[in-house]
Amino acid sequence: MCRMHFLIRGFVLTEFATISPKRMAMRRFLSHKAAVGSCVLLAIMVVAVILAPISARYGVNESVRKPPNTFLPPQKLAWFGTDDIGRDLYSRLIYGIRVSLIIGLFTAVISTVIGCVVGAVAGFRGGRFDDVVMRVTDLFLAFPFLVALLVIRNTLGSIGWLTAIIGDKSSVRFIVFLLSFFGWMGVARIVRGQVLALKEREFIEAARAVGATRRYIVRRHLLPNSIGPIMVALSFAVVGAITAESTLAFFGYGPQAGDGATSLGILVGAAKGAVQTGYWWIAVFPCFALVLISLAINFIGDALRDATDPRLDRGE
Amino acid sequence: MSELVLSIRDLRVTFDTPLGALEAVRGVDLDVHAGEMMGVVGESGSGKSVTFLAAMGLLPHQAKVSGSVMLNGQEMLGASNKVLRNMRGGLMSMIFQDPLSALNPVHRVGDQIVEMLKAHQPKMSDKDAAKRAVELLDIVGIPQAAERAHQYPHEFSGGMRQRVVIAIAIANNPKVLIADEPTTALDVTVQAQILEVVERVQKSFGTAVVLITHDLGVIARVADRVNVMYAGRNVEKGGVDSLFDHPSHPYTRGLLASLPHEGVERLTPIIGFPPNMLTPPPGCGFAPRCSHATDACLASLPSLRTFGDLETACIRAEELVVKAGLS
Amino acid sequence: MRRLAWAVPTLLLVTFLVYVALRLGTDPLQSYLRTNPRASKEKIEQYKSVNGLSSNYVLGYFHWLKNFVTFNWPRSIKGSREVWPELKDAMANTIRLGTFATVVGVSIGLFVGMFAALKPGSRRDVAVNTGAFLGVSVPPYITAVLFQLVFAVYWSRWFGHTLFPTSGVYPAGHSGFNLVLMLKHMALPMMVVAIQVIATYSRYMRSSLLDVMNSDFMRTARSKGISERQVLLKHGVRNALIPVVTIAALDVGGIIGGLIISENIFAYPGMGLYFLNSFSNGDFPLLMPWMVLVVASTLMFNLVADVSYAFLDPRIRLD
Repeated sequence: MCRMHFLIRGFVLTEFATISPKRMAMRRFLSHKAAVGSCVLLAIMVVAVILAPISARYGVNESVRKPPNTFLPPQKLAWFGTDDIGRDLYSRLIYGIRVSLIIGLFTAVISTVIGCVVGAVAGFRGGRFDDVVMRVTDLFLAFPFLVALLVIRNTLGSIGWLTAIIGDKSSVRFIVFLLSFFGWMGVARIVRGQVLALKEREFIEAARAVGATRRYIVRRHLLPNSIGPIMVALSFAVVGAITAESTLAFFGYGPQAGDGATSLGILVGAAKGAVQTGYWWIAVFPCFALVLISLAINFIGDALRDATDPRLDRGE
Repeated sequence: MSELVLSIRDLRVTFDTPLGALEAVRGVDLDVHAGEMMGVVGESGSGKSVTFLAAMGLLPHQAKVSGSVMLNGQEMLGASNKVLRNMRGGLMSMIFQDPLSALNPVHRVGDQIVEMLKAHQPKMSDKDAAKRAVELLDIVGIPQAAERAHQYPHEFSGGMRQRVVIAIAIANNPKVLIADEPTTALDVTVQAQILEVVERVQKSFGTAVVLITHDLGVIARVADRVNVMYAGRNVEKGGVDSLFDHPSHPYTRGLLASLPHEGVERLTPIIGFPPNMLTPPPGCGFAPRCSHATDACLASLPSLRTFGDLETACIRAEELVVKAGLS
Repeated sequence: MRRLAWAVPTLLLVTFLVYVALRLGTDPLQSYLRTNPRASKEKIEQYKSVNGLSSNYVLGYFHWLKNFVTFNWPRSIKGSREVWPELKDAMANTIRLGTFATVVGVSIGLFVGMFAALKPGSRRDVAVNTGAFLGVSVPPYITAVLFQLVFAVYWSRWFGHTLFPTSGVYPAGHSGFNLVLMLKHMALPMMVVAIQVIATYSRYMRSSLLDVMNSDFMRTARSKGISERQVLLKHGVRNALIPVVTIAALDVGGIIGGLIISENIFAYPGMGLYFLNSFSNGDFPLLMPWMVLVVASTLMFNLVADVSYAFLDPRIRLD
């Protein structure tokens, strides 16, 4: 299949040389219907979440009505039912998703920034620094994730001056910090790989020949050409962060911001208990929301990867 | 003329692409005689590689192939899988441009030759096959063949690798060896060596060789006969000396004129680009770029016809000879 | 060989870091005092010394190390239990579950990936892709909870008996070895883990095989006239397996500590549950040996991964 494209390229390339790579990538992305649908879905979700006081029907800690109000099944009063102290699940879900999306986004952005810097330097300079970075990330990534997460969480949370700056173990800021602590490694490896591949290309040699400084080359040539993989890494980082946050919350180590504030992870964590008791809505809706968000972002990430680095083997 | 080993008649290859039907080969006739070195010249997109990939049956299934390919008197197009497998590597072999990617990086070189041997001589014992593999490496000029047979492709230099590829291709003494741009990826000095190996193989085994290239210098050096292709068709055929001495088709003339040679200060390239094979021109493929084109040229596809000791597809060949005499 | 030499210092370094992390994070002394509020002064001193909890971290580490390698292991803070028997059982349970799930998962995953890659873009390829995608996107604890729901609650409601129990290695109170019971209890956590593994490996294999199928040497292999099956197996799969095997080696190293979620949800007494319980109690004497095992396993399989990569791909072989 790939051979055919190679054969065709010689024939047809001249006609299409005028379309910029960016637009081709855009076109390829848009051809993935699942990804486009996911974008739409996420956009709706983000809007709903931003407009929280309006889109939610009740406050995050507000009881639906006077007792009896606990564990009401879905009905007109509470679209997704109520929880153990009578709060509307639908509204709590909106607020919860907001918190989780914030955590996911911030973590991903911070991880990506750090990861890009470290990865680019490691790939470009090589040598001892690169070796060390590789070994460290190797180990961390091979170590069972949850264990490392929990241990580091406690360790970092016990460092006095750190918590003074970032907030204590249960705060949202701390969780973002914690997840970024792990998140940058995956991004760094991807960026490093990309830099290594690009480093040997002729246009880099040409830039060097004209006397460009190393920093300039990284800034103007290597990074822009790595945008594709970086964007893909970013999207997967978001999913990773959201999933990690929900896993933490599942075990009771999630963000506890007080005032009944909740996150998607906490809501999913409550599903554990709901199983035996038969209050299915407590489990179904949060889980469904989590899976939907994960799927959506994964679809987008996959489509991005395909758009920026098309493999000519999809049988087309 | 010695016997005909490969005979291609009216070969057409069309690719079914998302952008439409791409006509890569539009009616090619070709004869290869036993033991001769046939050069096939053309630029990228002329269809020269596709023609022979089709003959080998190595095209992906989106390719629609029609016409006739007779190898040793047997029809290859539409033949059963068994016949095709018998042919590939047994009666006809092909070697490709990039020797590094052509060899499996995780198999030893000797094993890759043995695989070829056992595929067509299953009765051969392992020991004999291994011995033969070393002999073949020796034949293609690899020093210390016995030790090097145990090495992996990445331990060889580019030229050495191409020799290994040749060794694999000739392992079963095929009647035809198709070499698709075998020297393009190599240094100039190594090119000469590889050509020498190919020639040696041709002479000692009596193998017919089809040398596909865009490099006229290579053709001049080793070919007996030449076939010039453009836009999926033959435009000129003939013996190498005749062709170089008095080319009849404007394209061939253009190619020769664009080569650097003595006394010429500036190179004269052929202006324009090859046509888009999704919508090929109705008439002669070269006409849009030809400085001698007339309306008749643009109107209908010309076929090959005899012209002196050559065959040409230019309808104005006679007139142009007269004109050339003046310049 | 050089890597092997580096392994020991790395092990020491990492366990040192773990030691520091745990001391900071779980505050072993406080945890001890919390669980044994009426401990005598000498008991406290003994606890401190056996666990290497002196105020200087480096010295304390070596103190602990000395005790560890001489098998002078301190007992747990809660109930003063011996560490090794519990650890041994937990390890056996997890290894059993993990190996089984991984072997089954990887085998199925590889086949499925191959199956899909052979006809890219076809319906079966799309089906496999979608399935794998779902498997990877749904976090394991959700599938675990789902299974629990179905099998624990609803199955018995519908069918009147429990097909797959949802907790423990054996039913409560059972003693002795019973293969059938053990398998029944392992079934659910194993399925949860296996789903993840199948989804991940089918994607890896598919992507790796597709890459290989488009390589030039596949064309050469076909031009040799060997059978299509040989082309696929000897050339395609053989080359495609290289990166997959390397990743698998790393994953295996992670089994020993990596099944926490499933073990927690299905109350399966393995290494994961052991860790969660000790961790929430801040039980330093229980935690450190656990950590050493896990770190050693990770490092060892990292090494195995490197070696297997070099073994399978001759281009990588260095020294």
